[in-house]
Amino acid sequence: MAEMAAYPVDAIAGAGGSVTFTGTVRDYSEAADILAMEIEHYPGMTERELERISAEAARRYDILDSLIVHRYGHLAPQDNIVMVAVWSRHRAAAFDACRFLIDLLKTSAPFWKKEVTLAGARWVTDCPGCRAGGREGHTHAPYTHYSHTQLK
Amino acid sequence: MIYVKFFASVRERVGVGEISLLMPEGGVTVEEVLSLAEDETGVLLQDAHLLAAVNLQHVPFSGVVHDGDEVAFFPPVTGG
Repeated sequence: MAEMAAYPVDAIAGAGGSVTFTGTVRDYSEAADILAMEIEHYPGMTERELERISAEAARRYDILDSLIVHRYGHLAPQDNIVMVAVWSRHRAAAFDACRFLIDLLKTSAPFWKKEVTLAGARWVTDCPGCRAGGREGHTHAPYTHYSHTQLK
Repeated sequence: MIYVKFFASVRERVGVGEISLLMPEGGVTVEEVLSLAEDETGVLLQDAHLLAAVNLQHVPFSGVVHDGDEVAFFPPVTGG
C-alpha cells in the first residue's frame, strides 16, 4: 500500500500553529457493512491535481505550508485514507485553508472509491452535498452517506 | 495517435484501461474523441456525469485534442 506526499514539508519556521484533517474509512454504508475499500487513482494526474489545489490554497490564504497525503489501493474500515495539514502564522488561515483543501480534493482529485461488502463490490457515487462544498443542507447521517439520492 | 484512458466504473464497463485511436484529420474535440472511443470499444459511454481530462488536466467536452494527447474519461471523483 503506497502513500503519496504531494507537497513535502521542509520549512515551517515562523508557524504559530497547524491544523490537520484526517479522513478514515467508514465501516458502514447504506446497504451493508463494509469489509474493505479499494481506492483507484490516475497516476500522474492525481499528483498534479493535489499540487494544483495546494498552490491554490497558498494563493488564497496566508499560510506557510501545506501537506496532503492520500492513500490508494486496498484499505480496511477505520484505516486512514487522507490527511491534510496546514501551517500558518495565525490559526484562522490554517483552519480555512485546511477546509478548502479537503473540500476541493473531494471534488477534483482523481480518486475513486469502491466498497467491498458481503453482497459484492460497488463503486461509491459522488455526493451532491460534498460537490457543493458540504456547507449547505447537507448531513451524513449513519447509513445514509452513500445513498445520495435523498440529497439531490 | 490519441491515447485514451478509462478509470473506475468507466474502465470496468469498457473492459480495458487504455486504447489508442488514429488522429482524424482536421482536429477533434473531447466530445468527438468520446464518440470515436465508443465506436472502437462498442460500449456507450455518454453520461451526464462523465468527466474528461486531457494531458492530466480537467477539461470540458468542447476542449480541443491534438495528435499525441492523452485523453481520459472517468466518473465523478470520490476520494477523501
